[in-house]
Amino acid sequence: MTVSIKELSKEEYLLKGHIACAGCGPAIALRLLFKALGNKLILVVPACCSSVIPGPYPYTSFAVPVQNMLFEATGATASGVVAALRRRGVKDVTVVGWAGDGGTFDIGIQALSGAAERGTDFIYICYDNEAYGNTGIQRSGATPYGAWTTTTPTGKKERKKDMAFIIAAHRIPYVATACPSYPMDFIKKLRKAKEIKGTKFIHILAPCTTAWRYDTSKTVEIGRLAVQTGMWALFEIEYGKFKLNPPSSQLIDKAKRKPVNAYLTSQGRFRKLTEDDIKKIQKWVDEDWERYHKLASNSASDFGLYGKI
Amino acid sequence: MSTIPSTRKEMPITTLSSPTVGVGKTGFWRTFRPVVDFSKCTRCTLCWIYCPDAAIARQEDDSPKIDYDYCKGCGICANECPVKAIAMQREGE
Amino acid sequence: MAQTVIDTANHIAAIATKAARVQVIAAYPITPQTSIVERIAELVESGELDAEYIRVESEHSAMAACIGAAAGGVRTFTATASHGLVLMHEALHWAAGSRLPIVMPVVNRALGPGWNIWADTTDSMSQRDTGWIQFYCADNQEVFDTIIQAYKLCENEQVLLPAMICLEAFILSHTYMPVEIPDQEKIDDFLPPYKPGWFLDVNNPLSHGNIVSPDWYMEFRYMMQEAMENAKRLIPEIDKEYGKYFGFEHGGLIEKYKCEDADLILLTMGTIGSEAKISVENLRKEGLKVGTARVRVFRPFPREEIRKLAENKQMFSIIDRGISFGMEGFLAEEIKASLCNQKDRPLIAGFIAGLGGRDVTFKTIEKIAEKSSEWMRAGRVEKETVWVDLKE
Repeated sequence: MTVSIKELSKEEYLLKGHIACAGCGPAIALRLLFKALGNKLILVVPACCSSVIPGPYPYTSFAVPVQNMLFEATGATASGVVAALRRRGVKDVTVVGWAGDGGTFDIGIQALSGAAERGTDFIYICYDNEAYGNTGIQRSGATPYGAWTTTTPTGKKERKKDMAFIIAAHRIPYVATACPSYPMDFIKKLRKAKEIKGTKFIHILAPCTTAWRYDTSKTVEIGRLAVQTGMWALFEIEYGKFKLNPPSSQLIDKAKRKPVNAYLTSQGRFRKLTEDDIKKIQKWVDEDWERYHKLASNSASDFGLYGKI
Repeated sequence: MSTIPSTRKEMPITTLSSPTVGVGKTGFWRTFRPVVDFSKCTRCTLCWIYCPDAAIARQEDDSPKIDYDYCKGCGICANECPVKAIAMQREGE
Repeated sequence: MAQTVIDTANHIAAIATKAARVQVIAAYPITPQTSIVERIAELVESGELDAEYIRVESEHSAMAACIGAAAGGVRTFTATASHGLVLMHEALHWAAGSRLPIVMPVVNRALGPGWNIWADTTDSMSQRDTGWIQFYCADNQEVFDTIIQAYKLCENEQVLLPAMICLEAFILSHTYMPVEIPDQEKIDDFLPPYKPGWFLDVNNPLSHGNIVSPDWYMEFRYMMQEAMENAKRLIPEIDKEYGKYFGFEHGGLIEKYKCEDADLILLTMGTIGSEAKISVENLRKEGLKVGTARVRVFRPFPREEIRKLAENKQMFSIIDRGISFGMEGFLAEEIKASLCNQKDRPLIAGFIAGLGGRDVTFKTIEKIAEKSSEWMRAGRVEKETVWVDLKE
């Protein structure tokens, strides 16, 4: 299912004039969502940057129906919307939860977990800028080790939760990671997710110039660096089977991965990292990749949670 | 696309907002503006796909048309252009 | 064909969801509401009730799912009690502000700590500010009838607010009483299919609930207050109409019993109201000119009815099964507020009784009436709020 950029529709459903920061990574991702799936969508948007980005009543910059909702309630609300559409016999509309990392990893994890366990037929997308962006950059469970935020001014001391695997453990049919720096990969995954029945979870790394402290022009470049250093891996877990996607699939060999230093020095939020910290981070990335290697190369096994489907 | 209600009676019963282009006059946010050198441009459309603000339109020949009313001057297009056909120029120069 | 069943208020509430043709139900268990969602599960799985049944993972998610479903354009329902209700507090505000006509039985149960599963109205009373309409029922028939009436009321385009149907833990929720279930055709006639005030529609894409500035917010809130005032007007009308259709009426906003010639009125809510009728009979035999008024609707608060009731009355004794700490009983407070500008006001005494399920029998109420009539004769209320049957 390869599509080229030029085959994408010229229609815009994220309307210009929205008030996201200049260089906003999540905004690129949202545009790509609409390019992938068109406008037969209903978005459920909890409190997050995307509550503010569209602008205030009586206007909005999102040209699809949106249910703005309580911070912790995305998964549960989506379950309600999906049920209503089913009762009304509406067939060709996709319900999409569009939530930040705070509303996914922390306060929203219960509702997401519940929806996934119930198998609610919707796509949940976590656009992860690794902090509570809307409220001015506080740490979340998605903030990586060592990152500055206003509530971790000397750097976060804990590691980032591995959300994709947490949700995969719910035995849903499709889990994927993506990044707007790789638009066609993201679009492909969205289109694949749409055709699958059940709960689909896509976790995207959405670089944020305000939270990560870099020049606004570097958003796409930094997303690319994340993948090239292995700090972010592009993969899918489809019915329990793990698969790395290009270019991550070529990075199993550590020599092919850029050292994490390249990624960490590109952003002001990691300015306070010591040599020791960087060594630690490199070790953790290498360990993650050993795990990916095991999962990817053992094609006969599944993630261990599904059994035979 | 929607008119601002002028009386309470014209308001909806809850905060229902209409999709509207130009919610913010975000062109005023710029300090630098992207300028395209069409002689270098290869029509790859990467600038179009990466613009967070949908401020770049894809023309018939796939060349970019920048809407300066809304371009925030983030510079992603210039940074990503594979042939460096876009330069960021300071506003007012 | 109408049929009489003998069942608990919880099971009756479940039957009402079928009668009301509810489309989406969010279900989470909490004592003593649990048998509502259990019975609904049976109805759905047997095919008797054609609806979506979402087994959510908390009450907050139950209300969120109802909001999602109602925003999706269908008739929705959930039920809760006590801590479940207060857990969804945030979502209650969102539901009312979204103007979604969700109907929800609340089994009035005490709040902890410690865990107390018995009757107490502090749970729903503490949510009186959320913009939800509140009914308080005195028997199982009223529970059924009020659920049907509530959908009709809430879905009226002049209202479009959600409603709680409050019923006391175990006294109603688990007590078997005869209830007449009307003929489904007649119910369909009385309660037409749901027409939403707004819904999420790809053919008319709107965002609901995005940022709203001080320039607009107050007007949206005013509209909710207007809707409450409309509800106050419509509730007695709908109750009367229901009476014409099905033969059951419950007093509109306030159910009055032998108040016309009374000097002393006992003001109550819920099942204490039915007990009070027995007390009135006994007290009248002893020569006391007493009546009782059961406030059926707490939100919108029936200020005008209270003022009318107070005319030419010497005393109001108000029995609350809940307390607002630092002030007094909820009903007492609101009645006083309704009467504060009246030129001639009765004496008012407040009584806190029955918290955490402590029994309030007709004898308790008679004692309250006797104390009240002492004060009435003396011309002054000795104690503003009395905690009844409190250990020394």
